[in-house]
Amino acid sequence: MVKRISVATALAVTLAGTLGWAANADPVDEKLYIDDLEMITRATAPEGHPFDEVLSGWLFRETETRAVEADSFSNPAMLYVERGAEIWNTVNGTAGKSCASCHGDAAESMADVGAHYPKWDADTQRPINVELQINECRTKNMGAEEYKFDAADQVALTTYIKYQSLGTPVSIDLSEGEMQAWWGKGKELYYTRTGQLNFSCASCHEVSMDKFIRADHLSQGQINGFPTYRFSAANMVSVHNRFRGCIRDTRAEMPAAFSDELMALEVYVTWRGTGLSVETPAVRQ
Amino acid sequence: MATESKPRVKLPKTAKAGEVIVIKTLISHDMESGQRKDKDGNIIPRQIINSFTCTFNGQPVFSCDIDPAVSANPYFEFDAKVNESGTFAFTWVDDNGSIYTYEQAIEVN
Repeated sequence: MVKRISVATALAVTLAGTLGWAANADPVDEKLYIDDLEMITRATAPEGHPFDEVLSGWLFRETETRAVEADSFSNPAMLYVERGAEIWNTVNGTAGKSCASCHGDAAESMADVGAHYPKWDADTQRPINVELQINECRTKNMGAEEYKFDAADQVALTTYIKYQSLGTPVSIDLSEGEMQAWWGKGKELYYTRTGQLNFSCASCHEVSMDKFIRADHLSQGQINGFPTYRFSAANMVSVHNRFRGCIRDTRAEMPAAFSDELMALEVYVTWRGTGLSVETPAVRQ
Repeated sequence: MATESKPRVKLPKTAKAGEVIVIKTLISHDMESGQRKDKDGNIIPRQIINSFTCTFNGQPVFSCDIDPAVSANPYFEFDAKVNESGTFAFTWVDDNGSIYTYEQAIEVN
């Protein structure tokens, strides 16, 4: 009997401890160095932003998760970066070209490139992201087939290209073409409640940012670290995969990857992370 | 991610005698548990790395058996005290009989 009481007491203490911790859970006040390169995880928000400060999702994660991202050796996503480098150098398609045939060393030709996508694409008259840019290159220049959405090689190559911008602050040019209008459309979607749960993106990532949704510490929903390695998937997760996952969780119908809706959302959400370092490949829960 | 299994090891190139160093190891491997089924409902046969060993100049440093619950790309991190220069040798054993090895020297002064 005595034993039982002590167990109950111990449990109560544990619960109280957990709740106390949850109530005080602020984003950590720490700096992120990936292999000694300092990342910008806090940036002054651009004009018109709902927050004063833009915060990387890294600040919201558990100590162990943060440590995995900080050492590229322990980061499982680096295996995908290596795979991306192989693809970069492998000839594919009827033109007998690899990415490297035209672009040479990615460390030079792709340096900082990923930090400035999505961009305006004059040919298709819509924004283009890294995944679609790869597909355009494959069909137009390599005589290769498009990657299907979330094909393993698409994710690995996108990760490899964005990794060349590691540390570079995110910034996109909204003055090109009709980017401003797409930004507006993305903003509208961000604040539109959908699904049986009637949530908008802002419900979690703006209004309830820094609160807990069950065991999950809600971040600002930044995409500066995508494609991201998620432990829950034991795999890389692309931006449009994550968008669709979030929308699915609100129990709404999911727009197709690279549809006008999700491209507009990518433009807007990328802008919301202006000033944060590209952390690709980031590590999350 | 079905790729060739490739071991990776991170440990310092030099250390002081008696120093405790951190050794990090990772091998890319699918670690197919044998619990999953393919699209037609057939069980995908188990294929995992089933053991890992680290030795220093032939002396055991760390070893373990690995079971199917361990996720893809198993990662091990452990400490070792080094008193003399020598070579760390690492061995991973695959269910299919393959043995993956890696060696790295350390200079101790």
